Amino acid sequence: MSYLPYALAVWIFAVGLYGVVRSRNLVHLVVCLSVAQSSTYVLLLSIGYVNRGTAPIFADVPKGTRAVDPVVQALTLTDVVVSVTVAALLLALAIQAQRHADTTDPDELSEMHG
Amino acid sequence: MSRGVRSGLFLVSAAGLTALLLWAVADLPDFGHYRGPYGKVLNSVAVGERHTTNVVAAVVFDYRGVDTMGEEFILFASVMGVALLLRNPHRERRQVPVRIQSDAVRLAGIGFAAGLLVLGLYVVAHGYLTPGGGFQGGVVLASAFVLVYLAGDYHAYRSMSPTPAIDVLGATGAGGYTVVGIVSLLLGSAFLHNFGPLGTTGKLASGGSIPFLNVASALEVSAAFVLLFSEFLDELVVRPKARSE
Amino acid sequence: MVLVPLVVAIPLVAAAALTAMGQFLGRRVDDLTGIAAAVATTVVSTMLLLRSLDHDLVYWFGGWTPRHGIALGIAFDVEPLSAGIAALAGALMTASFVFAWRYFDEVGTLFHVLMLVFLAAMNGFALSGDLFNMFVFFELMSVCAFALVGYAIEQRAPLQGAINFAVTNTVGALLLLFGIALVYGRTGALNLAQIGRALDGRPPDGLLVVAFALLLTGFLVKAGAVPFHFWLSDAYAAAPIPVCVVLSGVMSDLGLHAVARIYWPSFSGVFAADAGSLRAILVGSGVLTALVGGTMAFFQRDLKRLLAFVTIGHVGIFLAGIGLLTARALGGTTLYVLADGFVKGGLFLAVGILLRRARDGDELRLRGQGGVAPMAGVAFLLGGLGLAGLPPFGTFPGSALIIRSAGDVGYGWLPPLLAAGIFLGLGDTDDPSLSHEPPAAEEEPAHVPGRVSPPLLFGPALALMVVGLGLAFTPGLAGRATQWAQRFEDRPAHTAELLRGVAPRPAGTPAFHPGAAPYVYGAISTVGAVGFAFFGLYRRRLPALLRRVPGRLTAGPAAQLKALHSGVVGDYVAWLTFGAAALGGLLALTVR
Repeated sequence: MSYLPYALAVWIFAVGLYGVVRSRNLVHLVVCLSVAQSSTYVLLLSIGYVNRGTAPIFADVPKGTRAVDPVVQALTLTDVVVSVTVAALLLALAIQAQRHADTTDPDELSEMHG
Repeated sequence: MSRGVRSGLFLVSAAGLTALLLWAVADLPDFGHYRGPYGKVLNSVAVGERHTTNVVAAVVFDYRGVDTMGEEFILFASVMGVALLLRNPHRERRQVPVRIQSDAVRLAGIGFAAGLLVLGLYVVAHGYLTPGGGFQGGVVLASAFVLVYLAGDYHAYRSMSPTPAIDVLGATGAGGYTVVGIVSLLLGSAFLHNFGPLGTTGKLASGGSIPFLNVASALEVSAAFVLLFSEFLDELVVRPKARSE
Repeated sequence: MVLVPLVVAIPLVAAAALTAMGQFLGRRVDDLTGIAAAVATTVVSTMLLLRSLDHDLVYWFGGWTPRHGIALGIAFDVEPLSAGIAALAGALMTASFVFAWRYFDEVGTLFHVLMLVFLAAMNGFALSGDLFNMFVFFELMSVCAFALVGYAIEQRAPLQGAINFAVTNTVGALLLLFGIALVYGRTGALNLAQIGRALDGRPPDGLLVVAFALLLTGFLVKAGAVPFHFWLSDAYAAAPIPVCVVLSGVMSDLGLHAVARIYWPSFSGVFAADAGSLRAILVGSGVLTALVGGTMAFFQRDLKRLLAFVTIGHVGIFLAGIGLLTARALGGTTLYVLADGFVKGGLFLAVGILLRRARDGDELRLRGQGGVAPMAGVAFLLGGLGLAGLPPFGTFPGSALIIRSAGDVGYGWLPPLLAAGIFLGLGDTDDPSLSHEPPAAEEEPAHVPGRVSPPLLFGPALALMVVGLGLAFTPGLAGRATQWAQRFEDRPAHTAELLRGVAPRPAGTPAFHPGAAPYVYGAISTVGAVGFAFFGLYRRRLPALLRRVPGRLTAGPAAQLKALHSGVVGDYVAWLTFGAAALGGLLALTVR
């Protein structure tokens, strides 16, 4: 069962991706994309976990205490910011789609094709 | 492709991709038994070298400071991008009616907003000592502004967050981060090399240039989120002039 | 050495300064600041190129040099191939800014700020030696590009282009991050050289195969290889011209350069025994991309969408070149990328000139309007010939190296296919019996760009053309490029230099004599391109028999291919998933 967190990350990714492919609404698509992105947080943080390790913050605990990996936490922080920014841009595009193209259905936004 | 064909293609491919991913993660070290050298080395040396007790903050602002600079500018660029995408030159500012909430709501709002502001400043200031930092605190600070809108009204929010001023603050935060790096260059060391007195571990005055970077990122993140909220809020309350007129 | 961080710091500081103070300075000052920052960055990149000719410049940010072979900080690894691409980015950005003089006045400083941050991101991405740092700059590039593509947001085409671009590239970035997490989980390192050393000695297992496939997929989505290419035609057709110049000229190529940049230091050791299968997969994808790009380009009438598919076709050529996994091919591909980038940038600017003067992007309607802007016509001709590989100009040394290298590793059948991809794509026209859609709608924003004097309009386009075509005449370039690529691929020396500061011995410069084959292929592709162009433009005058038979033969498959490019983002992501699974599956089956 020690691979369960990783398998969970894979499952979340697959679910999010399924939502993106089948979406009929741009806002729903953005949320599904966020779900897929959160799978990477789960994966990164699970990889860095050390049994019985505390947070890598040594304010209250002595310096040599076993702690989890700090690098993946920094990576996840960056990852979260990236997800937020992409979501903001896509939501802005969704708003403009409603305003100028009168639709939020991605299937209907196919002006250029062929 | 019709939706049916698309779903079929996707389900088959996703099954294959999921199988591959599961095959891959089976070879990862067991959950909880991670042995990677990078993190272990940093956990053991960071406190001594930088006098900061929050090793994650040391990683974010010092060891991997360039990543954070990139990340700051990602936020900065997305705010500029949203401003670009949501611009509307034909916009006509509708007179937004003043909405007076009940006294209880307003009082609670002021109380909580003030509390959030202090909390945000605390989280930012102690970011390299205890859990927190520029990003986390910046978001809390931005939420104080959002609370002003919720408990008050649009005009109160707007008067507290004029876009040009917040723009300048955000740019100062992002540019400030880079300038700190350039200062290191001018001092003869590498870009973003820590400078300044390292101080005492566990006190606010420690970490060399980490506090400056911390504040710069807090400034940038809070300004960015306030700007994002303003941009999206304007979409609700400002009605664009109809183009067919 | 102090110059290395400046290629990223200068544009970023300029962007922040423009945001803070742009509203107080005049518009012209903003334009000039943008140009100045781009020029300064290009100068620094070129200086880095010149300083790295003999040995790599390794720059550790924050002063964190490696300890006991463990990299604590982030390194930039500057060598001529990457520095060259960074210089290309700077040059294209400068040309784009000059062309965009008074073009984007209505948005204040937003255009310049986003483009400057874009430039910083491209430079960082090209030079970075750390896997996650590459991801950060990759995302920075993406975020700027998403917003810039959607500039003319009031129209449906840019809206669609931006959404498709954003969603597909974000899914690609996700896969990339998954791969990075897997690699970190295995090696505990993010520095490329350290990863290579940690992976040494053991054969690849499931995790490494899948991780490499994921990394490859993420970068190929950005580059626009088949079947990850669908977003590219929508985005490049809808973006404003100054943005297209940079996107097409350098961003797509950066995706491929990244593949080389992660393969050689990190994975070439682990996959050494399987290089043959890897080669087959990469070259096969490259050929498929080149043929699809060329074929779709043949059926386009909208000039920008046509150039987008030509870009895809060329991405295929570069992928095949890099996929040959030899020093000569890598050097040749980079030379090709450089010359091609300049020429394509010039071509997009030429389209921009026509659009600014004639307001029409449909080439059949533009026929006969050469008089509107004769210089644009000249630029088109030069560009077309340059892309077609007319010896000895422009892309010739690059393609010569690729052709010879293909012969060396037993891929002799490759050059004819690539030549076919080239001239298919450049026979730019449409077969009216196959297309049912109306001509491309008005694609430039309704606003009227300010009037500009002719030198500002034509200067950048012609300057880019001249540089692109003339690059071939740098003495000894082909030999030096091979030598640089050998240095790039030399993993043990590279690791020693990066992690222990041991500078490698300088190697001799191999001389390169192209021989007859490259000239023959260059002539074939040029003649073929010109021939297809005439065929397309004057097909009505052909006897009916010659017209009808090929038409009926190609109608079915061509219509199918065109139908696949449906413009719907759900389809694109489904194809992306398919491609990722296929790539992973192929690697899993052939590597072991």
